[in-house]
Amino acid sequence: MLRFIIRRILLAFVTLAILLVIITLIPNIAPGDPARKIAGGTASPERLKQVTESLGLRDSIATQLWEVTTSVFTFDFGESFSVATGERVTDLVLTSLGNSAKLVGLSLLVIIPLSILGGLIAAYKKDTWIDRMIVNVGLAFSAIPDFVAGVFLLAFLAVPFEFFKVQANPPSGASPLTQVQHLMLPVIAVLAVYFGYIARITRAGAINALDADYTRTAFMRGLTTQAVFRKHVARNALQPTVAVIGTQLGYLFGGMVALEVVFSYQGVGNLIISAVDGADYPVLRAGVLTVAVIYMIATLLADLLVAYMNPRARQSLGEN
Amino acid sequence: MDDVQSMPDKPTAGESSEAAEVVTAETPAKVEAPGSGRKQIQREQRRVLFRSPGFIIGCVIVGFWIFAAFFPGLLSGAEPKEFVDAGARVKPFTGGAWLGTDQSGFDVYARIIYGSRRILIIAPLATGIAIVVGTFLGLIMGYYRGWVDEVLSRIIEAILSIPIILMAILVVFTFGKSIPVIIGTIAVLFVPAITRTIRSAAAAEADLDYVVSAKMRGESGFFIVTREILPNVVGLVVVELTVRLGYAIFTYATLAFLGFVGGNATDADWGNDVNSNYEQIVNDIWWPSIFPAVAIASLVIGVNLMADSIDKALKS
Repeated sequence: MLRFIIRRILLAFVTLAILLVIITLIPNIAPGDPARKIAGGTASPERLKQVTESLGLRDSIATQLWEVTTSVFTFDFGESFSVATGERVTDLVLTSLGNSAKLVGLSLLVIIPLSILGGLIAAYKKDTWIDRMIVNVGLAFSAIPDFVAGVFLLAFLAVPFEFFKVQANPPSGASPLTQVQHLMLPVIAVLAVYFGYIARITRAGAINALDADYTRTAFMRGLTTQAVFRKHVARNALQPTVAVIGTQLGYLFGGMVALEVVFSYQGVGNLIISAVDGADYPVLRAGVLTVAVIYMIATLLADLLVAYMNPRARQSLGEN
Repeated sequence: MDDVQSMPDKPTAGESSEAAEVVTAETPAKVEAPGSGRKQIQREQRRVLFRSPGFIIGCVIVGFWIFAAFFPGLLSGAEPKEFVDAGARVKPFTGGAWLGTDQSGFDVYARIIYGSRRILIIAPLATGIAIVVGTFLGLIMGYYRGWVDEVLSRIIEAILSIPIILMAILVVFTFGKSIPVIIGTIAVLFVPAITRTIRSAAAAEADLDYVVSAKMRGESGFFIVTREILPNVVGLVVVELTVRLGYAIFTYATLAFLGFVGGNATDADWGNDVNSNYEQIVNDIWWPSIFPAVAIASLVIGVNLMADSIDKALKS
């Protein structure tokens, strides 16, 4: 197990290193003057100079890479480029990260039990109309872009019902319950996007586990259905689910950009969009890097959890 | 030539003709036997596919939007930027404009019909480029393996660790908001996922007896990859193509919603139209944003139904 952990952590660092190189290279390979494009055609010469400096494009690529790398490990992304505020980027990122964490946490609390339950029911009722309904409705909803789901929710829930709030940001000093109430609509939208996906994976895992020899043996040994589910089916069926939730965590933190815009929620996604509007490259880059780091930690933890659940998975990394 | 027909949907015309030349050099008997068996399986799979309700519904939806994109004038009397005399913010189903008009007095229905054009040009084009590059890379990596494969796999892993939409925002922001940049960005960002899928399939095929025996016959790597492995993963390529097309529509609509398309802001574009009108939903003016949102949802669901049915038919 220790060997596996060390290997897996090293792998995460390799991925991070490659990512840092890619992110450093993007403005350098952009044709023309990226500073002009970012600042906009009508930018004054001073602003143009400022943008060029904030991109660090005058330095060599190695220096740029070093700066990006140190910024990730020291969690110091310099000053926001926005002339008005000039805040530390780290503070901006941390605030929006906290908001995102609230949304993600609440979403997971709702999504995980519901979709696992949905998947297990579908597997148990395989090939009946219940199974087909769960799979197809889930599929249709997960295909819809998050902002489209959000806009539907605005029209069909927020307008007719006082209970659902249009603004996901609660008024300042609101109680936790009020905060939850304000987050209801985005959480429902996230549920719509992820339910089908996670339920499907759980269903496939559960069907595999139900068909497996060890399950048959367990039944033949005379264990109760409940005991078989708890000891054998759940443990094996949920491995792919755990892995998928791990990989989706990064997406939950940073991929819901459009949804955060719809509900004007100040999460990482909205931070990145306002960075784009304000031509604030340091904030943009910091936001993207933060999401990447979260994704890496989440997949790492998910992999370790799967390895803990299934000793065979510990070997698979060695084969690659 | 019979053998050429048995090769299903080649990604590029160039590759197909080159492969055909290789075939002429072969003795026909050698290739025919597996070819005809494969043909029969394909016929069987096609029958399953054309009977599945999901595929039919998907085709009807997608077919409608393709028709709209090609012949918008046949479906809509009004132009997307024409001031119809109904007035601004007219409710739907009341006459004049049947899906209502937006704040500028444009006909919502006309904008939806004409708006299908952009998304149906950009998304398939980006997906097409990505699938050709991804399939090529995946086949090469899966067949040859080695350190190049190792390095590329790590890079793919790294790119996939950031949500596509964030990466797209970063790239479009630095390269400039324009349609060619959007197409290129979606194409490049879709390559890693496609490559990974095709690579693992190709790597599995490369271990099978028929590839090993082709190697022992002394066939060139090019021949083995294009004539032996590719026909066996082509089903997967088709599935990947439809699945990615769904994602490309998703991604483009999101980028348009976030205002990354550039160009003229009044051009008919579903994502863009949702963005410019959704804030009025709270004032009970829902139609200028909900109808384009329905259009986006229907197109994505249609493509996904097709993808899902093709996947099921190939596994049957």
